Amino acid sequence: MTEFLSLHDAIARFVRRGDSVALEGFTHLIPFAAGHEIIRQRLTDLTLVRMTPDLIYDQLIGCGCAKKLVFSWGGNPGVGSLHRLRDAVERGWPHPLEIEEHSHSAMAHAYAAGAANMPCAIFRGYLGSDLARVNPCIRSITCPFTGEVLASVPAVRPDVTVIHAQKADRRGNVLISGIVGVQKEAVLAAAKAVVTVEEIVDELGTEGTNAVVLPSWTIAAVVEAPGGARPSYAHGYYQRDNAFYTAWDEIARDRDRFTAWVDQEVRRAPSDRATRVTS
Amino acid sequence: MSYTSTEMMTVAAARALDNDDICFVGIGLPSAACNLARLTHAPRLTLVYESGTLETKPHVLPLSIGDGELCDTALSTVPVPEMFQYWLQGGRISVGFLGGAQVDRFGNLNSTVVGDYAKPKVRLPGSGGATEIATACHRIYIVMPHGPRAFVETLDFQTSLGHGRTGRERRALGLKTEGPTLIVTDLCTMRPDAETNEFEVATLHPGVTRETVLKNTGWAVRFRSDFGETPPPTDVELEALRDLKARTARAHGTAE
Repeated sequence: MTEFLSLHDAIARFVRRGDSVALEGFTHLIPFAAGHEIIRQRLTDLTLVRMTPDLIYDQLIGCGCAKKLVFSWGGNPGVGSLHRLRDAVERGWPHPLEIEEHSHSAMAHAYAAGAANMPCAIFRGYLGSDLARVNPCIRSITCPFTGEVLASVPAVRPDVTVIHAQKADRRGNVLISGIVGVQKEAVLAAAKAVVTVEEIVDELGTEGTNAVVLPSWTIAAVVEAPGGARPSYAHGYYQRDNAFYTAWDEIARDRDRFTAWVDQEVRRAPSDRATRVTS
Repeated sequence: MSYTSTEMMTVAAARALDNDDICFVGIGLPSAACNLARLTHAPRLTLVYESGTLETKPHVLPLSIGDGELCDTALSTVPVPEMFQYWLQGGRISVGFLGGAQVDRFGNLNSTVVGDYAKPKVRLPGSGGATEIATACHRIYIVMPHGPRAFVETLDFQTSLGHGRTGRERRALGLKTEGPTLIVTDLCTMRPDAETNEFEVATLHPGVTRETVLKNTGWAVRFRSDFGETPPPTDVELEALRDLKARTARAHGTAE
């Protein structure tokens, strides 16, 4: 049964120190408000899973929440580096970060395998890439029918997946539309899922041919958190704050400036406030 | 009209695309080149972005691979696993555009680290879609600015396969796709030798000398015996590109 909780209570109840956590959303609908609540609650030793770590994992890593990162593209889209991620990998600040690095195709297949209750994903991949040399989780499997050697990676099975969606209805069914990313797979692959939403409505309605609906019985908790994806965007609600993504480059470049930003914008902010970000 | 070397590079890349292509587009220069082609000589060019947007026709260039603009102007938007399973791995994409921090003479690419993987000097963003784009698309165009630290004798890390360390690895790996067939830089265009798959200068951009290319290439780059000059950008191409960039800057609230 889906529970309707405050953001504070949902994170306190369902995310534990040491968990593997996937906060997904492919550029669109990135769950920033939930990520900030994880920072406020000082959850540490997390294994963070995400195809594109984006600014939210830069912030979590810079705050020392992560023990390990499982990812496939760690940049600031259209801008450049994630400086907190780089500082952790290159100089071990605030502490060393273990990484498990994949390609997008592998991560996408691994989420789908997790949702399908498979132990591993099988796909055509990693041919001629050094990634297979540095990541022991990249292995191969022989097709029993054709003898073809295929790539295999373990299924992603997070302890908890957190996503942001446009709407939930009063029973807790959730609707995502626009760029739907890997969220359905990330929710179904996880032991439990927390969903923040822009609004709770009487009827979900159907918007767009690519709408994804997640039934309430796949979700542990729904949180009403308007603006919860900012500075990412929520299709139909608000646009991506591209200027902030650009400004982040300067904020994150310097440890002190980053820490001051987190203190001001995250740690001292109330958890029921939508993620207000000034650029 | 006068133009910059980046504009020349974008125009030269755009010209390599035609109406029948189904193109897997990356952010940055590839996105500019693909949309320029669509706005000039190849209006029926099909663009696919890895965020799941099929047949998208953005009015402005996206800052990220998943901007809402791409979804709003797409024929359909599919989930990311489906994009990689059915559309990329399924063999539906004719051209993939790639770049990276380093490329070698066989079109192998590094977008992972500078220095040692375990203790990198520079940690780069990583593969993203590149590793499987490099093997699943029918052919690959590489677009990146020339420079001795980018065009290297030996990659620090091979993120994506070109023609392999010997130039002949694709067939040995059972791949039927062509791999890189074109490199476009801000100085020249390069094509692989038919026998060895080593990239050679095919055309120099106007005003660029052989010496400049030699100085900016980390391996002893060869020139095709019939190498020529890249036709300069036409006024039509430049106006379309500048309009696109100006629209984009206005939409993103950034001055250009």
